[in-house]
Amino acid sequence: MNSTEQPTSFLDYQEFFFDAIVIGAGGAGMRAALALQQDGHQVAMVSKVFPTRSHTVAAQGGINAALANVSDDQWQWHMYDTIKGSDYLGDQDAIEFMCQEASHIVRELEHFGVPFSRLENGKIYQRAFGGQSQNYGESQAKRTCAAADRTGHAILHSLYQQNIAAGTEMFDEHFALDLIQDEQDRVCGVLIQDLQNSKLKVIWAQHTLLATGGAGQIFRTNSNASINTGDGLGMAQRIGVPLQDMEFWQFHPTGVAGKGMLISEATRGEGGILRNAENEPFMIKYAPKVKELASRDVVARAIAIEVEEGRGCGANKDYVLLDLTHLPTDVIENRLPGIRDICLTFLGLDPIDKPIPVFPTCHYMMGGIPTNINGQVIQPDIAIDKNLHGTTIEPQKTISGLYAIGECACVSVHGANRLGGNSLLDIVVFGRQAARHISAQLQQNSIPFSRPQQHTLSHLLERYQRWLTAEPETANTQDNVNAIKQAMQKTMEQGCSVFRDHTRMQQTVDALQAIEERFAKVSIADQSQIFNFERTSALELENLLSVAKATACSALARTESRGAHTRIDHNERDDQDWLKHSLYYPQQDTVLYKPVNMQPKQHAPFIPQKRVY
Amino acid sequence: MQVIIERFNPENDSQPYAQSYHIDDTEIADDTMLLELLQRLREQDPSLGFRSSCQEGVCGSDGMNVNGSNCLSCITLAKPLGEKIHIRALPGFPIIKDLIVDMSIFYQQYRDVKPFLQGDAALQTNLEQEFLQSPQERAKLDGSVECILCACCSSSCPSFWWNPDLFPGPAALLAANRFVVDSRDITTIDRLEQQDSAVKAFRCRNIQNCTSACPKGLNPSRAIQALKHAIVNKPT
Repeated sequence: MNSTEQPTSFLDYQEFFFDAIVIGAGGAGMRAALALQQDGHQVAMVSKVFPTRSHTVAAQGGINAALANVSDDQWQWHMYDTIKGSDYLGDQDAIEFMCQEASHIVRELEHFGVPFSRLENGKIYQRAFGGQSQNYGESQAKRTCAAADRTGHAILHSLYQQNIAAGTEMFDEHFALDLIQDEQDRVCGVLIQDLQNSKLKVIWAQHTLLATGGAGQIFRTNSNASINTGDGLGMAQRIGVPLQDMEFWQFHPTGVAGKGMLISEATRGEGGILRNAENEPFMIKYAPKVKELASRDVVARAIAIEVEEGRGCGANKDYVLLDLTHLPTDVIENRLPGIRDICLTFLGLDPIDKPIPVFPTCHYMMGGIPTNINGQVIQPDIAIDKNLHGTTIEPQKTISGLYAIGECACVSVHGANRLGGNSLLDIVVFGRQAARHISAQLQQNSIPFSRPQQHTLSHLLERYQRWLTAEPETANTQDNVNAIKQAMQKTMEQGCSVFRDHTRMQQTVDALQAIEERFAKVSIADQSQIFNFERTSALELENLLSVAKATACSALARTESRGAHTRIDHNERDDQDWLKHSLYYPQQDTVLYKPVNMQPKQHAPFIPQKRVY
Repeated sequence: MQVIIERFNPENDSQPYAQSYHIDDTEIADDTMLLELLQRLREQDPSLGFRSSCQEGVCGSDGMNVNGSNCLSCITLAKPLGEKIHIRALPGFPIIKDLIVDMSIFYQQYRDVKPFLQGDAALQTNLEQEFLQSPQERAKLDGSVECILCACCSSSCPSFWWNPDLFPGPAALLAANRFVVDSRDITTIDRLEQQDSAVKAFRCRNIQNCTSACPKGLNPSRAIQALKHAIVNKPT
């Protein structure tokens, strides 16, 4: 690592040179950084928070792999379940790859020290999860490898520990502001800010990997950490990268009612039952075969319908109950201790004795930055000719030097709905794969990297400088960043929640326009340099707003119901017109489409069928 | 309710000072967490500095000292704290700003115990096989692997306050013991020798502040006693 001081005319920054930059230190970023570091490359891992504060820490239930430790299993069955779960929007080549890699990568995690729960024979414990079957839908599979109900915590800490062992250079509590491109539009570095003292730094590298996680903060009720503000999506959009499939947001069926924190699907995997106000176990009406273990979109809709039709519980009839009281006490104590903690802390009830009030909560972004299997960011050229409207040219064109993995990326393995246990798998499989690709590139081209002569840094500094001026002439000092964020969350919840229709989504698009106008005029009161949270919130909100807009515009355009995108005005899936990925181009404010990959390499393609659970 | 927060911004202040805020009692529900109050105060005063992330007690960002005890604000109910709440930064660490402390030495102490599994090299590279571990062997890790590195324990430990440069503190020792008892780790003797020192494991005076401070209900004190026991009984 070298560093030099490089003053500009108006803002000073320090420069660093690395082989690769990883932005984000959740499970995806840390798996990638570890692989690169172990291959002998110099890696800078940039994280807005200390790495173990990343949102991967909150993942509860487990990670899928066809280990067959409990029930007979094959990766091909896992592949089928994932494609069906995705409502056939997932790319079959990517899903095939992920499911094939799963067993190896889970054993690798085990070797990294992840304290998985164990079976009597010493092997990794696996539990039942929604949408997982044996023999292509025949019977329930037990495929989800678990470390009690703290699997994300266990994986994140073990990956952090391995990065300590490998000596990865970490820029903790540094906020990534923008990607830097050279004259050939190659991504060649990143502008970051040290949150402790507001100093700017530029890291130059041949390869930049975005692993910045989700953006559930666009919704008011969500299960996400407050740091999940879509910073990678914002940065990518600002250099013109389209976002893929942004209409698909998973509403996890069982958030704590009125609060949003998650009650893991593991509760249903271990035998939990959903009941309405009439004490009726209602899932039998919606998924007669697998009931509580249908896929998440199905269960979330079932709960929302029960409440909408007046069978909700409580004074406001606005939630249902998740009943664990019939489970043996030791199952709750040993397999679901974290869930019990959450109930005791936030609801003052013990799930051993009382059922848990739950309602769907925004949980996971299935869409994101389009990538190929190697994590390379794809930017299909937009056809300008009006006659070509609705088409793209060169659908697999990549942006040189830029990668994306994990929740911020859309490869796409989750399609229109993600199965529980597949997100932890996604981050480690594609984290490792992107690192392998970068590593191969670096080995082929071992010339030391130097700063490009021409690059686009000055306009990035200008964008940032806006927040250094106390009261710009146009500023509306009555308004503030927090109020604008709340307005955005409210409008997204009203227009783009579990059930959607044209009118409300159009209102949301219009409301977001007005919110953007407010944002353009707002200023910040705090001008201090040490941990200035107001400025960071403003920069995060800019990213969130761009994510919210991509979501609303993509959702408005898709006139069908598929997976998590449920429209009451178009309530059937329409493969004829809509078996395709959407691409929202921010600068042109246009949605284009590209085909779903139906060409797995080793297995016959899975032809779309009606989804029945 | 009155909330008194010890504030410090090195850009303007030579030393910390107490600032008093008022929140209408009617705005505080029975299930309101302290973090929600702090977020409301930040709406009033955007310069108020505190860390937070998960908001559900699993990431460990928001350790702070409330009415004299260390806790995580996101899982601490506001109402039972009384009519007057005193909040200050975690003791024993340099203050960066308001409730934000510099935890570098805490993280360094953690890194120094080599908190990563060192298994059999041949097995470790073989991805066809799991390391087998019985449920009983796995159960020995319970009470250690749930640590979230929030520093509430080390920040409540007098031995850590006096010698943070030498004494690893309860969190790092908990991690050291976690790998000592892990049936998959083959460096047990090295780990025990590393902690066999008057300023390391044996600097723990068994005061048990760590255990009473742990917001996850863990017992670092017991883990350190187990570590001492293993050191004393290690094969020579």
